[in-house]
Parts: sequence; structure tokens; C-alpha cells
Amino acid sequence: MIAFLLRRLGAMLLLLIVVSFITFSLFHFGPADPASAACGQECTPDRVEQARIALGLDKPFFVQYLTYMSGFIMPRMIGAPGAESACAWPCLGKSFQTNENVTDMIANALPFTLSIAIGAVVLWTIAGVGLGLLAAMRKGKAADRIIVGGASVGVSLPIPVTGLVLLLVFVGILHVLPFTSNSINSPFGAAGPWAWVLNYLLPWLAIAILFSAQYIRVTRSNMIETFNEDFMRTARAKGLARRSIVFKHGVRAGITPVVTMLGMDIGGLLGGAVLTEQIFSVPGLGFTAVHAATSGDLPVTMAITMLAAFFIIVASVVVDLVYAAIDPRVRIN
Amino acid sequence: MTSFLSVKDLHVEFPTDDGLVSAVNGMDLSLERGETVGLVGESGSGKSVTTQAIMGLFKDSKARVSGTIDFEGTDLISLSENRMREYRGKKIGMIFQDPLSAMHPFYTVGEQIAEAYRVHNQVSKKAAKEVAVDMLGRVGIPAARSRADSYPHEFSGGMRQRAMIAMALVCEPELLIADEPTTALDVTVQAQILDLISGLQQETNSAVIFVTHDLGVVAELCQRVVVMYGGQCVEQAPVRTIFREPGHPYTRGLMASMPALSDETGRLKPIPGSPPALLDLPKGCLFAERCEVAKLLPEGLCREERPLLRIHGDHEVRCHAHERGLLAVGGPSAAGNMKGESADV
Amino acid sequence: MSEPLLKVTGLRKHFTVRKGLARQASVVKAVDGLDFTLERGKTLGLVGESGCGKSTTGKLLMRLLEPTAGSIALDGRDVASLRKDELQSFRRRVQMVFQNPASSLNPRMTVGSAIAAPLAAQKITPPEGVKKRVQSLMDRVGLRPEHANRFPHEFSGGQRQRIGIARALALEPDVVICDEPVSALDVSVQAQVVNLLKDIQDELGISYIFIAHDLAVVRHMADDVAVMYLGKIMEHGSRDQIFGDPQHPYTRSLLSAVPSVELGAGSKDRIRLQGDLPSPANPPSGCVFRTRCPAYALLPEEKRLLCRDEIPTGSVACHHPDAPLLEIPAAATTLV
Repeated sequence: MIAFLLRRLGAMLLLLIVVSFITFSLFHFGPADPASAACGQECTPDRVEQARIALGLDKPFFVQYLTYMSGFIMPRMIGAPGAESACAWPCLGKSFQTNENVTDMIANALPFTLSIAIGAVVLWTIAGVGLGLLAAMRKGKAADRIIVGGASVGVSLPIPVTGLVLLLVFVGILHVLPFTSNSINSPFGAAGPWAWVLNYLLPWLAIAILFSAQYIRVTRSNMIETFNEDFMRTARAKGLARRSIVFKHGVRAGITPVVTMLGMDIGGLLGGAVLTEQIFSVPGLGFTAVHAATSGDLPVTMAITMLAAFFIIVASVVVDLVYAAIDPRVRIN
Repeated sequence: MTSFLSVKDLHVEFPTDDGLVSAVNGMDLSLERGETVGLVGESGSGKSVTTQAIMGLFKDSKARVSGTIDFEGTDLISLSENRMREYRGKKIGMIFQDPLSAMHPFYTVGEQIAEAYRVHNQVSKKAAKEVAVDMLGRVGIPAARSRADSYPHEFSGGMRQRAMIAMALVCEPELLIADEPTTALDVTVQAQILDLISGLQQETNSAVIFVTHDLGVVAELCQRVVVMYGGQCVEQAPVRTIFREPGHPYTRGLMASMPALSDETGRLKPIPGSPPALLDLPKGCLFAERCEVAKLLPEGLCREERPLLRIHGDHEVRCHAHERGLLAVGGPSAAGNMKGESADV
Repeated sequence: MSEPLLKVTGLRKHFTVRKGLARQASVVKAVDGLDFTLERGKTLGLVGESGCGKSTTGKLLMRLLEPTAGSIALDGRDVASLRKDELQSFRRRVQMVFQNPASSLNPRMTVGSAIAAPLAAQKITPPEGVKKRVQSLMDRVGLRPEHANRFPHEFSGGQRQRIGIARALALEPDVVICDEPVSALDVSVQAQVVNLLKDIQDELGISYIFIAHDLAVVRHMADDVAVMYLGKIMEHGSRDQIFGDPQHPYTRSLLSAVPSVELGAGSKDRIRLQGDLPSPANPPSGCVFRTRCPAYALLPEEKRLLCRDEIPTGSVACHHPDAPLLEIPAAATTLV
């Protein structure tokens, strides 16, 4: 068990280094010039050069990369020679645009992304798995057809479309929900949990509609497959009631692929719901990342990319562990 | 006289996109308490479907089941799914061909046996676990107490089938249906399982329906044989009778096509052709198309008129030729006139 | 005596198996030192229970697996060490018929093209043309040549196995390895295929390696038989020796376990092996059969010690072939 975790931890570190290197290279060898982007309105070649030195972009590629990476291990100094400022550990650099500490930026953005992720995951898991199971149990009957039909519409609805329609209907026409506010980022804040729910309900719905449609499909097909397994016939032959056949024997076996999918999706969502945050103007990680990438803000983009990669890698380890807990056949001896 | 179990004119049909598949077409079967009957036939002969119908496994499905299945005076076909549950596991136990897929991969063997016991007995989990451990010991699993906490995949094939038997017998059913329980096992392990089943059968005096395609297994274990073909019983007789004087040309053909361990190693004598298509059953005898004896009978008789199951003492045969005394005597060698072999086109 | 067509010496295949999330490695000796020969026009039966290594042996002979050690000589030439480019011409001479005809045929390929596929792969055009060759092959195995444009699902199990046989014969091989070719078939159809394989052998003079767990079928097919247990050959001899006068306790137990239709065969005298096959990853030391051996159980302690040594080589891999298997000494006679 410990050997397994250590090995996964090592692989995780290696992967993160690879991701950081690729992102860094893409930025470095890409067409964008962060120095001219950072020097503001009245730019002279002189001032661009100054900015370049201040940002450390005049140094060779590997020096830049290693300097950046050293921030993960110890505090470092940032800025033009003579005008350096300290950046405490863990140092992810300072924004080229605002000179803000990236670690602080992420700490500010993360709660927004978490708020969106938590509600969306709960909603789509309940709707997707529940309806998928219902459809599988009523296979071929009216309920199944309606659910499957709804799901095929759902999977073809992109988040920008659902998001805008939801905004238009509930905020624009019906006025039953507020427009998303940037002051609420936690259910424990001053506004209270109910305001938090109302604030994020539309983003949750936009994500959940798409994802529950996918979860309905996967759950349904897995459950139908499981219902045809020999052990389900054995459960009937024992004289068990339908409820325990379906839930105790069927769901436990049929749900494992859904658990894998859920883990990976949560991991992905924590890196920032890019489209949703854009449409609802929520300043989460996705929103920040898009803004940083388009303005050539290397430290911010790097940090969010690596954080997203980190979440996905952690999710895959957690999925493996959960899988082993569910299925004794993959358990570690 | 009513039997312990009496299946009469059982039909099971499955609607499919291509039409109605008639898997069982007027099956008759009876069984006395404490008796072991072998249900023999090739794939598609309807033997497994028959046993699943007895277990009521087609209730709540699209399959159409008709006829009567009389079990101790109750017609099982007319029972609701809920009433049928009281029979499953408690009065009728069932074991399947592949114990690895027939057991739930995520629950321990002990849990699964205890669950089978708790369905029909109001006891605590702990007490049920004790029963399960005891049962595992009875089916010959060493160190039953610790093995009860193992998962099915941690057992070998033979051990799993023992555990499956323990699960089917934990409520001491009066009837055990064994659906090809040794087909997936190696011969040496098969021998152990056959010994176990016959030992437990004698101990508990329960009746056994043993489904198999292997006549050798039948000879070892059963008192009576029912041969199925095309979803019907074509012949049934005590084991001795059927091996000495098989009545139906199909039974004779089966015996002649079996390679033996001791006879001369000459050419095998296969049955020409292949079993009837269940989507479109012939009007007459279901075996007529592959039957060499049919040619000896009046033109068209076998193809036009479906023979009835005729009773000759304890021997029942469904064959026009047998009825006319054309096949009355002779062992498997009587199938000698059935040589001639062709591709199963 | 002329050189045998196929000569296998010291053939071994060890797999490294990793299990569970932690991927602990263990070595499974699937095939552990086989020696046998196959004469032209003859059939060698490989029998044994699941896990004995008979199918792995088939794959090694086909060079579908790389042997860990040992040699496979075809007409005196070692093929165990052939390079990729040399394999092509070797494969022309050794073909295979698989257990499950449904999964070994491409469902989207007509049977005609399936049968012609080996010709295409070897870039061979028979003198009479590909189409003619396919038709005569189909005719040979008892299929209607006009069905060449049909797809595998339109055929029954027995017919599909005939297609598999026709495909194996397309390149006119010297050796056909039949891996459980009839075990998925019903008895009546199985007999058709067994007869077909025998007829083809009589006609074409090819050799078979016939791998099966069904002893009665092997008895009908094989000239020589090798009985395998945990990757080793326990007993090796002519069909009549193995079935008429088996020497090794394992052979005797195996034969004794086959249910017989002969009534009153006296099941009380049968030898019952206890327990299950030991894990091939952790086989017993010395004689691998000793943990289940009915003779070992009855041996006096001083004789048992010998069983912990390596098994003697020879046709009967047993330290005590004369030891009684049952407490009733006459029991063995009921086996014959």
C-alpha cells in the first residue's frame, strides 16, 4: 500500500514537471511577447527592454525555467536587478500584468471555482445516476424512452447555449434569480448559504444539464449490462426481493465505471470551469486563466495549468483507491 | 397419482425482432421426492430454459410461459413474482454452470451464503454467518471459517462450485436444480463435485434435476434420464434402460457419436444435419429431418405428424417408428443403420 | 529412422505476472521443460487439465509466443530462434485451428476471403487461382463452395469450425496445431469435425498437435499422447500405452475420473484426486504432482522423501510408478 502510494506520488511529481516544462516552452517559443504586453500604453523600445529585464525574460530559457521552478522549493526574489521584491514560499511568481503575487491570485479565485464545482457535481450525480438507473430498470418502457430522449438532447447542448438561455429566462425575463455576484464565494460567508445557492444555481444547472445527460447514458448502459450478469440471476434464484437485487447486487457492481468518470470529471472541473465562469462572469480559476493566457501573463497561466494538472492527477489516484475499495478484485494485498 | 414435481405441456416462447423463438415446445417432466433425474440435450434443446421456467425466472420478462408446473400441489406458473420468491432458494435451490460469474464479485463467499439464508429465515447477521460457515464445511471447504471471508475470485473453480452448492442448499430445499454445474470444471474436479452432490442428496433426501450434455455424468449420478430435443422430451427412462435399449433415434445417435474411452477407435458416427431452427419449427417430428429411420416409415408420416410421448412401462418415447415396433430392441449398435454422414449444412 | 518432422527439446515458457495495484511480480512456469517429437502424418495429443500449459505449448509451437528456453526443430531446423522475417516461411508450414470458431473469424469478412487470407498474407497465388483454391478447400471440409460470399454469423458452430479448418489448410501446411478444436461443439457435431480432421490427415498426410482436455476425443484422434501437469509432461507414450496401460499415477487418476456410460463400472474403485491444482506460480518442489498424488499418500515416509527430488526423465515422470494408488491393490485393473 505504501509502496503503491509512493510510486504514484513519484509519477505525479514527474508528470507535473513535464506539464510545467511544456507550458513554459509553449509560452517561451510562442508568438506572444509578454514584455511588450506588460509595458503598457506608451511603449518605446527602451521601455520594452526595461520590462524584459524586470520580468527576467532576458535570461536564457533554461535559467528562466529553473528560476521559476525554484519557487516551488524555496522563496525567491522577483524584479529588475536592484529593485527586487521577495516572493514567499510557495512562490508561483508575480503577475506580469498587475504585479500581484500569483499565489494570492489563486487563493482568491479558488473559492469561486469550488463553489461552482461542488453544486454542479452534486446536482449532476443525483440526476444522472438516478435517472440512468430508473431508465435501466424500465428498459424499453415509456419512462426509459423519455429519459434517453432527454439525455440525447442534453448531451448536444453546449454550456454557452444552456448558460445564456438560463440567464435570459431566469434573470432577464422571469427575474426570479439574481445575476451572479462576485461578492459571494462561500456558503459560510455573510450572505449565508441560501444566497450562495441562489447565486450559483444557474452555473450549476448549465454544467449539470450537460453532465447529467452523459451520466444518464453511462449509468443506464452499465446497469443494463449488470442486470444481465449471471450473479443477478443467482440473486433472484435465492429468493431476494427486487429492491435488494437491484440495489445491493446491481448498483454496487454497475456503478464502478461511473465512479471513475465522476472522479476524473471532478478533477477536471476543479481546474476551472472555463466556459461557465466566462458566461456567468465568475472570477474563478478558469476565468483568470483565460484572461492571463490572452494577455501573455506567463506566471498566472503556468500556475493555473499546473494546478489543474495536479487536481486531475490526484483525482486519478483517488479513483484508483476508491475502485479498490469497491472492487475486491483490484485490492492491494 | 401426483408427483412431487410435475411439468406438463410447458411452452416457453421469446418474442424477438425476427419473430417468436419457441425454446420449449410442450415439455413434460416429473420427479419424485429424493430422485435424481438427468436432463440431457445439446445446446438449444431447451434444457436450461425448462429449469429456469421451473424457477420462475421468466416472470416479469417478455417471455411467454404456458402449461403447468405442479410443485407439491401448487401451480408455479400461476404464482406471482412475490409468491414465487418464497419457493426460490427455500424450496427450490439452483446452481449454475459458471460459478465465477454466478457469484457476486464484490461480496465475500460467506456473506453471499448468509444472505441466501437470511432471505428465508429471521435470524441475526451473526447467526446467519455461523450457518454459512457450517455449510461451507459441509461442502468440503477446508478452514471454512477463514475461507468464508474470501471473495469468489480468490477461490479455485472447484471451490467456487462447492460454495455455490452451499449457497443453493443452505435453506435445505426439497429440490435442487443443477444447470451444467460441472461443464466448466476439469474432470478430476468434476468427479469431486459429482461425489459431493450425490452425497448431499442422500444425506438430505432432496430431489435433483441435473442438466447436462454429458451422458457419462448422467450414468454416474442419475436414476432416470430425460432426453430433450427441440424443446421437447423425446425419451425418458431409467438410466439402465436408456443405455441398454435407447428408444429414440436421437438418443441412439447421441450415443453413437460419443467417443468412448474403451471401445474400438473406429470412425465416430455423427448425427447428420443440425437441430431445428426455433424460429420456424417443422410441423411433424422435430427430429425427422436428421432421422435415418424416418425413411423406413410411410411417406411423409414423420414430417407431417408430430409423434406423441408413448408410455411403455417406465420408458417413454416420442417416435413414430418406435411406436410401430420398428426400433423395439437393440442397443446403441442399432444405430448402425444410421451411418451416413454429411456436413451440418 | 528418419528425422522427425517436429522435435521439441527442453521447451520452457515462464511468464512474469503482476497482480493488484501494487504490481507484485511472480514467475509462472507455464511450460517447464518439454521434450517430444512429432512424425510426419501422425497426431500427438496433448492432454491435461486447465492450467497445465497445453495451450501455451500450442502458442509456442506457432511462435505466437517467444520461448524462454529450449528448441523447436522443424525438419531439423531450429525455429525457436527465427527472426521476424524468417517467421513468414515458417508460418506457411505450421498452421492453427482455434477453440472458438466464432471469435477467431472476423465477423465483417466473408468466409471466402477469410479462407483466402493466409494466401494473401504470404503473397501466394496457387496455380489454379485463389478462387478455385478457396472453392476446393470449402468443398474439402464439407461446406458448399457457393457459400463463399456469406459471413461467419450465417453459419452454425460446426460449420464455422470447418471454415477455420479450411483456412488452416489453405497454405498446405505440414503441421496443424488444433487447440481444443471440438470442445465448444455439441457431441453430434463434434463427431463430424473429428471425422473430418481424420479424413484430411489420411488424404494429405499432415501432422496434428491435438490439444484437448477431453480424453475420449484425444483417444480417437491421437497416435501418441503426452499427459501434462503444471507445465511438465507426466507421461508420454503411444495411444494404446496411455489408455490401455497407463503407468503414471496422474494418468491413471485422470482416466479414472472420466464419467463412463458403462454401467456398474464400479465408482467405488475410482481414484479421486483430492484438492485443486496448485498455483503454477508456486508449484511443489520436486515432483509437482506429489501434493495430489494418490500413490504418494499411501507411501511410507522413507519412500516419500524421494518425491522431493527432481522427477526422472523418460516416458513416465514418476519416482514410484509401481506404487499402489488405492488401498485395494487390484483397483487399477478396473481402469483398462
